Amino acid sequence: MLLELNQVNTFYGTSHVLQDVSLQVEGAEVVALLGRNGVGKTTSLRSIMGLTPPASGSIRFHEEEIAPLPPYAKAKLGLAYMPDDLRIFPDLTCEENLEIAARLARRQGYWNKQRVMELFPVLEERRRQKGLNMSGGEKKMLSLGRALMSNPSLVLLDEPSEGLAPLIVKALVEAINTIREHGVTILLADQNLKFCRRVCDRGYIIEKGRIMHSGNMEEIWADEAVVKKYLAL
Amino acid sequence: MLESFVHVCLAGLSKGMFIWLVASGLTLIFGVLGVLNFAHGSFYMLGAYFCFSLLSHLGHNFWLGLILGPLFVCLVGYVVERYFLRYVYHIDLPYQLLLTFAFVLIFDDLVKVVWGAGSIGSPSVAGLSGSVRILGRLFPSYSLFIILVGPLVALGLWGLLEKTWAGRIIRAASSDREMASALGVRVPALFTAVFVFGTWLGAVGGGLAVPYVGLLTPGMGESIIIDAFVVAVIGGLGSLKGAFLGALIIGLLSSFGTRFLPTFDMFLTFILMAIVLLWRPQGFFGEEAAR
Repeated sequence: MLLELNQVNTFYGTSHVLQDVSLQVEGAEVVALLGRNGVGKTTSLRSIMGLTPPASGSIRFHEEEIAPLPPYAKAKLGLAYMPDDLRIFPDLTCEENLEIAARLARRQGYWNKQRVMELFPVLEERRRQKGLNMSGGEKKMLSLGRALMSNPSLVLLDEPSEGLAPLIVKALVEAINTIREHGVTILLADQNLKFCRRVCDRGYIIEKGRIMHSGNMEEIWADEAVVKKYLAL
Repeated sequence: MLESFVHVCLAGLSKGMFIWLVASGLTLIFGVLGVLNFAHGSFYMLGAYFCFSLLSHLGHNFWLGLILGPLFVCLVGYVVERYFLRYVYHIDLPYQLLLTFAFVLIFDDLVKVVWGAGSIGSPSVAGLSGSVRILGRLFPSYSLFIILVGPLVALGLWGLLEKTWAGRIIRAASSDREMASALGVRVPALFTAVFVFGTWLGAVGGGLAVPYVGLLTPGMGESIIIDAFVVAVIGGLGSLKGAFLGALIIGLLSSFGTRFLPTFDMFLTFILMAIVLLWRPQGFFGEEAAR
């Protein structure tokens, strides 16, 4: 098992955001965390990354306990994170935003600047532009590309399809398929069931901080009762 | 008339460059750590005293003192950041100011204990005590040297921040420390390093002041930190470019004030700050939104 969460509880102040969350991700899988706004998807990813450390529970990565580790140590172990607000460094160029991730993580592997730019050719065109001046779609590709630059074994993607035009979503689906072909495992949080069906193998449905349901993406897609109860807007 | 104008300008430039040396460390620390370090003037003072002491013990080799003295102050800066300031980053700015102000008082008293409460006349430095003739009048060569050092420090800082990976990592962490940590930056260690480097800048400013100010006094940090704060505020808090420009303006203004309106010297500085803040509350190069 690449990633295993067991009974994870996370708080924001006094509010109990994640309640006994348990989930597993195997190597080479693409797994979705589905649910409406504010149910704990982002907090789950932040807890795994160590940005909002859990109060209790275990997070095992490559069979090792990583829950108490600070984020920088997790990055060096091969965890990477694309936040929902992308968090491109505004003062660095597109190219520097990519390179900084590779320099900090110091991990060898398939991904480098050239390969990320082949995956997202627009980054090549914008390479000398400051992060500040990039469009939302470009920032999304840059943030995903930056996550790959550390050659992670697991990438956490928060809302990858949100706010993208249908044509760009199509490109994103292809990019995610390319990424998995190169052995990177993905755990993504998204609300777009259609998008998740196209890229994910399995899904967990989260509601009010608890995992309510899990299964194959096709099963979830076909289960009208579950979709209506937890995902319909 | 022209000679007098040129000489007032030169005096203003050298004063401005001193303020810049202190304001640069203050600005760097604020820009990266978000801490307004009131004790930065104390690092300037300690730099001056350490250099002075080394000067008398090292056979009057000023340059050796200037290299070694600030290193001692860096140790002090390390202790201040690592064991005190680190615990107030997440609370309100007034608490940070109170803590750093407490350090001002502590360091002033420590200096009184170690070096005495009176002022110490600083020795003249061999080779730097001469003057050069500019437009028929004598100007201290050491002041000219300071006018050169200021822009060199500015250039060095610019190169470090813009052209090296250490600088890019510092800029990334100062704009978004959480994302930087998720990419592998040990943010607390980086903050300590930046604080110590800022301390070093202040201490070097103090060391360079030894032959310039003539007298070392336990309160010498306060007068310069007020100028440095004014400069940092009008330049835009956290902006090195702004601090450099601000230091030039305040240095020249104070020099012209002393020459033509001696009674209004300090007044001019603060009236300028008030005007700049009314016209552009964030300073020349400050961010639109407050951090």
